[in-house]
Amino acid sequence: MLRGRRRMEGALDAQSLISISLRKIHSSRTQRGGIKLHKNLLVSYVLRNARQLYLSERYAELYRRPPPPHAPYPPPAAPLAGPPELGPLPPGAEEQPPGPMPRGCGLPEPPVLLPPPHDPAPLELPGAPPQPPSPCRDSAPGFYRSGGCAYPALPGHCSGRTTVLDLDTHVVTTVENGYLAPDCCSQCPCCCPPAPGTKRKYYPGPGEEDDEDEDEPAAGGGAAAGVGVAPCPKRARFEELSPEPPPDASNISNLISIFGSGFTGLVSRQQADSEHGQLCSKQALASLGAWTRAIVAF
Amino acid sequence: MAGAGGGNDIQWCFSQVKGAVDDDVAEADIISTVEFNHSGELLATGDKGGRVVIFQQEQENKTQSHSRGEYNVYSTFQSHEPEFDYLKSLEIEEKINKIRWLPQKNAAQFLLSTNDKTIKLWKISERDKRPEGYNLKEEDGRYRDPTTVTTLRVPVFRPMDLMVEASPRRIFANAHTYHINSISINSDYETYLSADDLRINLWHLEITDRSFNIVDIKPANMEELTEVITAAEFHPNSCNTFVYSSSKGTIRLCDMRASALCDRHSKLFEEPEDPSNRSFFSEIISSISDVKFSHSGRYMMTRDYLSVKIWDLNMENRPVETYQVHEYLRSKLCSLYENDCIFDKFECCWNGSDSVVMTGSYNNFFRMFDRNTKRDITLEASRENNKPRTVLKPRKVCASGKRKKDEISVDSLDFNKKILHTAWHPKENIIAVATTNNLYIFQDKMN
Repeated sequence: MLRGRRRMEGALDAQSLISISLRKIHSSRTQRGGIKLHKNLLVSYVLRNARQLYLSERYAELYRRPPPPHAPYPPPAAPLAGPPELGPLPPGAEEQPPGPMPRGCGLPEPPVLLPPPHDPAPLELPGAPPQPPSPCRDSAPGFYRSGGCAYPALPGHCSGRTTVLDLDTHVVTTVENGYLAPDCCSQCPCCCPPAPGTKRKYYPGPGEEDDEDEDEPAAGGGAAAGVGVAPCPKRARFEELSPEPPPDASNISNLISIFGSGFTGLVSRQQADSEHGQLCSKQALASLGAWTRAIVAF
Repeated sequence: MAGAGGGNDIQWCFSQVKGAVDDDVAEADIISTVEFNHSGELLATGDKGGRVVIFQQEQENKTQSHSRGEYNVYSTFQSHEPEFDYLKSLEIEEKINKIRWLPQKNAAQFLLSTNDKTIKLWKISERDKRPEGYNLKEEDGRYRDPTTVTTLRVPVFRPMDLMVEASPRRIFANAHTYHINSISINSDYETYLSADDLRINLWHLEITDRSFNIVDIKPANMEELTEVITAAEFHPNSCNTFVYSSSKGTIRLCDMRASALCDRHSKLFEEPEDPSNRSFFSEIISSISDVKFSHSGRYMMTRDYLSVKIWDLNMENRPVETYQVHEYLRSKLCSLYENDCIFDKFECCWNGSDSVVMTGSYNNFFRMFDRNTKRDITLEASRENNKPRTVLKPRKVCASGKRKKDEISVDSLDFNKKILHTAWHPKENIIAVATTNNLYIFQDKMN
């Protein structure tokens, strides 16, 4: 994709781009004149692109063994299309159509925050009392797994709950961004057998916290730590949601989920041991909570 | 190398520079918009401090046939003040985003100026006479005791030093949730549009308490947001037609006769992306920062980060001309992203005959492209060349490899010195080029 431009001047690599971008979003909160929607949207595109590259690198690294016939990812040289160009995979597609990375299921990009359907482990949710991060995630150090569905190539990208303040109506709504369609996952060629008990970390959006006004990283850190478990209602909800029609293919810009899974990838790459990973994730997510709040609070 | 220009090659000469000399730039002095009025006699600038400064061209002096009249300060006023939105805990910047002149109808001049949230109609009028000889008032305005009045006289107007007054005649507020980026006056001279990131509103110049929303691209779920409106302009001749550009590099032409809400475009102008140029920053550099119709109305010009494109309104699938402004920056996009320069919004402008287009760049360079000869030129706005009638020397940036004498290498460009705003006199070859806090006026060399 970058045609060797990874050696661009200025220490370009996906990870540094991600951290630079997050810093920009974070600092935009304190800029005079309020958050610039345009600039933050552009930064989110860079973030998405960097994450796509980073995740594809991770996959390449982790899947040293010959990929299954339905290779979930094309070589990184494939051009990246922006999210709006993604089209939904026809249901029942068993073969990864060759082509640009984003068109495939198994795009490393997906903001997957749910375990595959056959993993009965409960989904970690925001809002529940703070608990230590799931040990499952750390059980496969350095392993970043995209769960069931590719997003948004397949219907049913994985969801996050975010609270959005609509500047026009001044209504605060909590948005369920998506749902998990179990059948699409089973058909999805990218559903490599999951590492047992592998979980995705679920990072709450803004508004899940009580104190919306607290903008310091501490609050964000609280957000990070505030990963709770509410298995029963959530799973029930997802089962309930699965029959819904797939979201529009152009339904992208899921900033929360991008950032959420991106951070996990960063964390798992940087740390070897779970303890360290936990700390760094907290730091990373300290700002996550802050700026996600910023992004959606338009 | 001769300069670019329509017909005979123009040689651009320094004429004037306005603004503080020191390198320490006060933030409030940063120029944020430049606009000639319809006759070119007046030149308005807006700055980050919310002030508007209007320059007026001197009447041409018959004895000074070698140069056109100079521009001198005509009026200065505070257009916008910083505000605070208590509901959203947001400070509203007083920075003037755009100024647009109304055509002159009477002795007074009118312009629209806007910050992020509020548009104001200003009346600029001259006063060069004042009444004197009141019976009941002293000259200083104090009332006289009526019992001391023994004779009556008729007050008369006497000349006074010219005073230029600016008064706000209309305030168009509370119609934009997002930041206003454009205003454009309709050719009917009765209505105008204002555009923010997600919406475009139509106003009547006389009516401030309501506006019509004509474009709304806000998605039901903000999470689905993929693009924002970056600029909008009315067609110069067709009062029902306007265009708006997006952060995705598309331009939509809308016809207000089609429906009340112009969410569905009549034409969509988009050039397919070159996949070999794909990078992390493709979305950013394709975002359009300015769109301007040609005076004829046949073409429109768009500016994205690296290029200027001319579109024929009759052809939607690609521009008819593309000019690279500073292609040597393509390999520097990462650094430019880090230092935020990649988000700079450059404007562009046409000359009066639509034969040359101009836009700014870094290092206080600005570029002109002659559409007929296909020649381009790079000039610099610098106080070093500030002897009047000094012909500007063309500049050249050396992208890589051996740097020739007089060339500047990309790495020595000063990215803090950027020219975002330029304006071209509607009739003459006079240009106004804004550096960070200085306004340069150049004109062609007259013999």
